Amino acid sequence: MPKKDSNTVIQLSHIVKRFFVGKPNELEILHGIDLEVKEGEFLSIVGESGSGKSTLMNIIGALDKPTEGGYILDGTDVCRAKDKKLSEIRNQKIGFVFQTYNLVARSTALSNVELPMLYAGISKQERHARAKELLEMVGMGERMTHKSDELSGGQKQRVAIARAMANNPSIILADEPTGSLDSKTGRVIMDIFHRLHHEEGKTIVFITHSPELAKETQRIVTLSDGMIADERKGDRVC
Amino acid sequence: MLIWENIRLAFSSLLASKMRALLTMLGIIIGIGSVIAIMTISSSLTNAVSTSFQEMGANNVTVGLKERSEDSTSTRSGMNFGSSNKTASMEESDRITEDMIDALKTQMKDQIDAVAISESLGSGTIKDGSDYANIAVEGVNEDYFASKKLKLLEGRHIKAADLSGSKNVIMVSDKVVENMFEGDKSKALSEKINVNINSEYYSYYIVGIYKYEETGFSSSTEEDVTTSAYIPLTTAKEQARADEGYSQFTVVTSTDVSDVSAFADSIETFFLPYYMGNKDYQITTTTMESMTESMGDMIRTVTIAIAFIAGISLLVGGIGVMNIMLVSITERTREIGTRKALGAKNSSIKLQFITESVILCLVGGIFGIILGFTLGAVAATLLGYTAAVPFTAILVAVGFSMMIGIFFGYYPANKAAKLHPIDALRYE
Repeated sequence: MPKKDSNTVIQLSHIVKRFFVGKPNELEILHGIDLEVKEGEFLSIVGESGSGKSTLMNIIGALDKPTEGGYILDGTDVCRAKDKKLSEIRNQKIGFVFQTYNLVARSTALSNVELPMLYAGISKQERHARAKELLEMVGMGERMTHKSDELSGGQKQRVAIARAMANNPSIILADEPTGSLDSKTGRVIMDIFHRLHHEEGKTIVFITHSPELAKETQRIVTLSDGMIADERKGDRVC
Repeated sequence: MLIWENIRLAFSSLLASKMRALLTMLGIIIGIGSVIAIMTISSSLTNAVSTSFQEMGANNVTVGLKERSEDSTSTRSGMNFGSSNKTASMEESDRITEDMIDALKTQMKDQIDAVAISESLGSGTIKDGSDYANIAVEGVNEDYFASKKLKLLEGRHIKAADLSGSKNVIMVSDKVVENMFEGDKSKALSEKINVNINSEYYSYYIVGIYKYEETGFSSSTEEDVTTSAYIPLTTAKEQARADEGYSQFTVVTSTDVSDVSAFADSIETFFLPYYMGNKDYQITTTTMESMTESMGDMIRTVTIAIAFIAGISLLVGGIGVMNIMLVSITERTREIGTRKALGAKNSSIKLQFITESVILCLVGGIFGIILGFTLGAVAATLLGYTAAVPFTAILVAVGFSMMIGIFFGYYPANKAAKLHPIDALRYE
């Protein structure tokens, strides 16, 4: 069992991920990754395509389990969790922000933000109040009743961030959140992340292949060929 | 509550692709619709049959001769009486005699109000120039009119004096008066009419005119409808040169008798000693109750058979639902992935899609019930019956369409629930 610090949110120890295990085309993507993320940290993971970024993100996001190694997320052993428990972990401890927004079509901004709370079994009034509050926080207070297909890319991503915050998760896991946006809109989104980190004290794991954006974070972890190739401090100090 | 959210979601996704939902529902609509239509017609028919049997007399017990058969399983619901018998010809000694009937009347006088006897003389035509009317001539006794309620419009019934004197008098329907006397009833009364029955001419004087009531079975309203005409039983016997005795008669049960079937059994028992030694014939009784029942059974059997065939189209509809659910799930793979990433359990996803399929089938089922009932009611009305709402069938249809939703929605929903979140999120 890897040791656990009181303020460590993510503790990955010697994570190995293989696909097609036992078949002739067996493929090892991650070759033993050790990574710790402290509470309130703004961390970026960079790396080229095929470096294992996405695979690592899936493991951190409890969407997938490692073949070998241990993963403790906010005191919960993710590796030993069954499907149902993994759903709970994703619901309670992780807030996802995707490159392609992934809002539920035909649903309003409000019901999109309410969705994680619905799965958490929170009452309608409470869901509604919290969702409104979050949408106002990301500057979408005016467009709460708009359907997702009536929103622009930047607006969609703001709704997605509000949704990620719904159950007040331990970490926000953002996968190229500005990847589909123009630089100006990307800037707005990036500023929201800074605000979440600074004002709300959120732990943010930011996956990107843009070195400039990575520089804005506190710590930059560079992946290469399924190994951590480099780890350095970013420009952001606090 | 997740279930309300799911129902709301199901409606919004059905509304999002209205045409597709409608086409899918069509299978269910046609399936449920045809079953309900058949059920509506059947329950209207059953009602009509039972009402007309009741009108014919719920208290009547028909006593008749029945050929003994090898298997003695046939019950009182059988409607095969002496007249329709095929082989062993009925001898005079086989017939029910006046003495037997008198004995029965004496022994059960408290339970018996009247004994109606009738013998058919045959069907014939009244002709006068170009005017004609079809009648079925029946010889009846005085009590006959206690078993068959006829509305007398003019004149009188056949009475005792007619019988004792074997008079050539006849009671005809208003249809006959319409055809022969341009509807003038007072003119028709005591007129002489000539009836041709099987190439033999008989003459009668009209003494009474009754109102012809259409029965539930015949829808013929044309001029050449055959109506019954009544002559004294004794006259009929003479003219038909028939044997003494009768092949059947009707007992009008007193209103004091609560269980008509049990009373019918006791009549059979009464006749047992008379027919003990008869190898060919025995006495059997029929009550309206048992006839209504056997008729109802017959209609039900036919209905179930047709409804079953119609139900096959439901199966086809169900397969359509399953197909569209599979398509819908493939289209919404990313949505499923997103929901899972946000913490939806497999069971929540399964519930979502089963709800959607159930709603699809339920809405289709409701449309089907409306359509089926409308069609059934129109058909029943055209056939001349009052449309009856088949409540049980409607409840069953609602339940059944929900079951189809669950059954055919389960596999696609389960497939959706088992999707791996990463694969689902990555799906293009």
